[in-house]
Amino acid sequence: MSKRDVVDGIVDLIRKAEIELPYDVIKALKKSYKTEQGVAKTQIEAILKNIDLAKKSKRPMCQDTGIQTFFIEVGIDFPEINTIKKIIEDGVKKATKEIPLRPNTMDPFTGENHNDNTGNHIPYITWDFTEGSDVKIISFPKGGGSENMSKLGMLKPGVGIEGVKDFVVEEVIKAAGQPCPPTVIGVGIGGGADLSLKLGKKALLRPVGIRNKNKSIAKIEEELIKRINASGIGPMGLGGKTTVLDVHVEKAHRHPASLPVGIAVQCWADRRAKMIIHKDFSWEVK
Amino acid sequence: MTEYHINLPLTDEQVKKFKVGDILYVSGNVFTARDEAHHTMLTKKVPFDPSNMALYHCGPLMNKNKTGWEVVSAGPTTSSRMEIFEDRFLKKFNVKLIIGKGGMGKNTQKALQKYISIYVSYTGGAGALAADKVERVIDVFWLDELGMPEAVWLFRVKEYGPLIVSMDAHGNSIYDKVNKVK
Repeated sequence: MSKRDVVDGIVDLIRKAEIELPYDVIKALKKSYKTEQGVAKTQIEAILKNIDLAKKSKRPMCQDTGIQTFFIEVGIDFPEINTIKKIIEDGVKKATKEIPLRPNTMDPFTGENHNDNTGNHIPYITWDFTEGSDVKIISFPKGGGSENMSKLGMLKPGVGIEGVKDFVVEEVIKAAGQPCPPTVIGVGIGGGADLSLKLGKKALLRPVGIRNKNKSIAKIEEELIKRINASGIGPMGLGGKTTVLDVHVEKAHRHPASLPVGIAVQCWADRRAKMIIHKDFSWEVK
Repeated sequence: MTEYHINLPLTDEQVKKFKVGDILYVSGNVFTARDEAHHTMLTKKVPFDPSNMALYHCGPLMNKNKTGWEVVSAGPTTSSRMEIFEDRFLKKFNVKLIIGKGGMGKNTQKALQKYISIYVSYTGGAGALAADKVERVIDVFWLDELGMPEAVWLFRVKEYGPLIVSMDAHGNSIYDKVNKVK
């Protein structure tokens, strides 16, 4: 296997993320279809038809193919760690033409767009290091409409966990139909401002329907799902029972004076795909 | 909740008939316009007549092949960003149908009543399904200046829907109802 072939692997990875929704999300949407009625049901029906058509016709399910975002876990015995970044960038450029992807990266000052989905800090890569010689890559193309509903709350520690829960419920209700509900909400509690938002986003990588291993956090997740869905916002904000498909909460230790809460919002198109590159540069996309 | 299969352009009488919660499937011409396109169309000379088309809040994913442009994926974008333009836009272009997602604010609601128009919601993210209903790409304007998502694209669509009447010409909004549920 050559590095060139791995670039094709990245294209395959992005293609899979853009075209095929993970089964855990489809399962949650099908469950919602059974419980919804009227207008809400028409929306879930259109979403399910769209998922089907995207897969059959091999085209991105949403025109907003997102900011190309990757979470990478590098095995420290992988032989050429210094080549990975370039492979990802080349893969993104190639995927933009081949799949194709919408040219979604523009300079905030000049509006300049390279039309290849790269630019300053983009593709956005989060690096992590682990034992072994494999490189694990998660592709997480992130849409703008849901990202616009992200929130950071630097709460007063005195409000406690009840205050944290109220903040999350209020903000998700305020976003109403704008982030394309039913959404998946990632909540990061603690750390600092940046870490809480990062934890929130990383929480979105957990499959829909999987609870936090910590039982008390799992209970909070269940309570948040119940309270948000009781709002009646429903699919696309047109009224209904399913406003969120899931809420995932993660925590970090915090400064005694701070209680940061980072909310990351993902639309129903909770796009994720995984790839493993082995030390001989052979790869597989899951 | 009545289902209508209609052709564009719409008359004022037709527009007045639609009520919040009705479902429409439309055939005819639509033009896409997001933030930059709204600004451009309000400040520059417009080389086509928007009045007999539907306004679609959309930044499509397009592909240029040997025969011309084709739509790959084309769902709606968040309409609330266009709230700052929409009353002036309705006044200038007399558009009878706005397609978007997520709903709009009070200024648009008033303008819909004043200029007799409706706002309909298409399922956000359902871009492949939407592209499937586009029969033909008619034209594109300001592509070089604004880029693919922000340019104004003219599409011929067939049986495009389901579109949920979310804000009608009588001052009613489905989003007000949902807000009351809270």
